[in-house]
Amino acid sequence: MNRSFFQQKRDRNETAARALLFMSALVCCLLVVLILGFMVVTGLPLFGQNQAMDLLTGAWSPHNGGYGIAPMIFGTLWISFLSVVISFPMSLGCAAYICVLGPHGKATVMKRCVQMMTGIPTIIYGFVGVFLLVPLIRNTAGTGSGMCILSASLVLAVLIAPTMILFFIQSFDRVPRSWLDAVDALGGSRVQKLVYVVLPACVKGIVTGTVLSFGRALGDTLVALMIAGNAIQKPDSLLDSARTLTAHIALVSAADFESMEFKSIFLCGAVLYLITALVILGARLIERRGTHE
Amino acid sequence: MIKRAMVATVTLCTALLVALPIHANSLDRFAGLSGDLKIAGGTAHIPVVKEAAKQIMTLNPNIRITIAGGGSGAGIKQVGEGLIDIGNSGRRPSDKEITSYGLSLHKWAIDGVAVVVNPSNTVTALTQGQLAQIFSGKITNWKALGGKDRGINIYTRDASSGTRSVFWKKALKKGEIAPSANFVVSNGAMKTAVANDPGAIGYMSAGFVDQRLTPVALDGVTPDAASIRNGTYKVARGLFSNTRGEAQGLSKQFIDFLLSDQGQAIVKEKGFIPVN
Repeated sequence: MNRSFFQQKRDRNETAARALLFMSALVCCLLVVLILGFMVVTGLPLFGQNQAMDLLTGAWSPHNGGYGIAPMIFGTLWISFLSVVISFPMSLGCAAYICVLGPHGKATVMKRCVQMMTGIPTIIYGFVGVFLLVPLIRNTAGTGSGMCILSASLVLAVLIAPTMILFFIQSFDRVPRSWLDAVDALGGSRVQKLVYVVLPACVKGIVTGTVLSFGRALGDTLVALMIAGNAIQKPDSLLDSARTLTAHIALVSAADFESMEFKSIFLCGAVLYLITALVILGARLIERRGTHE
Repeated sequence: MIKRAMVATVTLCTALLVALPIHANSLDRFAGLSGDLKIAGGTAHIPVVKEAAKQIMTLNPNIRITIAGGGSGAGIKQVGEGLIDIGNSGRRPSDKEITSYGLSLHKWAIDGVAVVVNPSNTVTALTQGQLAQIFSGKITNWKALGGKDRGINIYTRDASSGTRSVFWKKALKKGEIAPSANFVVSNGAMKTAVANDPGAIGYMSAGFVDQRLTPVALDGVTPDAASIRNGTYKVARGLFSNTRGEAQGLSKQFIDFLLSDQGQAIVKEKGFIPVN
């Protein structure tokens, strides 16, 4: 009898705990769906006026009644893509050094540094970018204000590097010990170990990490807001000032509620949500396929 | 939110360390009061409001005043929604804003909007026509205006800015601003941008102009205290502190203080034109 009493009590506790955890999971999921719903509902009136395509693909010229967000979509994609391109070789090299090439002591110190980098607030990067990088780019390029896609991408590359590096390291660490031992047994060098064993085994992890940090770059606001210049034009060159979707939302959210400027930020939000969701989904799919093989 | 983080929220608890001001008479109104006063909005207002807050909190540590930026639009919106006690704006709120939020307006200074360039720039006078052509992107090199052979980098503010709306109406005569213009988020950020960029042109609160920038004479009139006061420099506006409904309690005392002799002295000291 005593025993069944405890049994019952434990069961009850377990049910309660399970219910509680289920609730928190549910809230998280609902929140994601609700936010999307909010974006769609608030953005819907724009589509009703038969100008959805104009808004998505047109130019931004409030003077002539044009509120197209295409320049911001281009700005976002340019800056994010370029930052990944810059960050990728840097991150891959860093991860390879930490996991395979470097001596253990130095590698540990470097890994700690990278972990610390994840904690640096974005505003610090933005600040340093404005005072050090922007004048440098302006003087080197000789034209423009220095607030441009290139400057923003360079800073953003540093910002997303830790995400990429830590993801790569995680993936490298999953390579079976026996494979690495086999390379040593064959008398292979560290570089050979990296090139012929580790990298081929981690292709999926590398792709996933890269795609996820692309998602991180897409969502960042402050770096672009402070450094990219925020001009609303379709950028033609890396030295052009550009505005990202996120920066647009930040800049316009204080404008008059009734204005078209203000309404356009819901479309920006929806587009940003969609792009980021697709990117994350893509990354997860690749990852999934990786573990099945 | 992000903008508010950028234009750093200034909590002035450290003001306790500063010595008591000599003329404490206008500050007597704060004796015995306590509580929080939240102020946000126009970035031109910040130097004056900050100094006033410092004096008040030095006298009476039971009063806590927080000051944030965000732009005039944000100030009006936030005070209208009851998020803050005083919303500053560098333009007169529109009739629609006044009626829908039930705002009451308190103008305590007059401020010019000065066109500014980098000190290394030799172009220090422009006509209104030239200015409009620069901002619309028709003139793209300082050489065309008699300056050095250097590209013109335009800096402007976002739609929330009162400085922008005044500049656009009175200096550009509602003319177009080129899509290549860079956007900055406050008067302070404008100062940093123009002071660091030799090819820059921008516009900002005349009270913010210092030796790191050169103010440009517009149609022959340099924006200074005298020309703004007597109206020969046309691009000017009032600095407003708005409350929802009639100002009450701490908000009322604060605004009354800004309008007192002592408050107006701060206004003058910070480079703005007193109203009284």
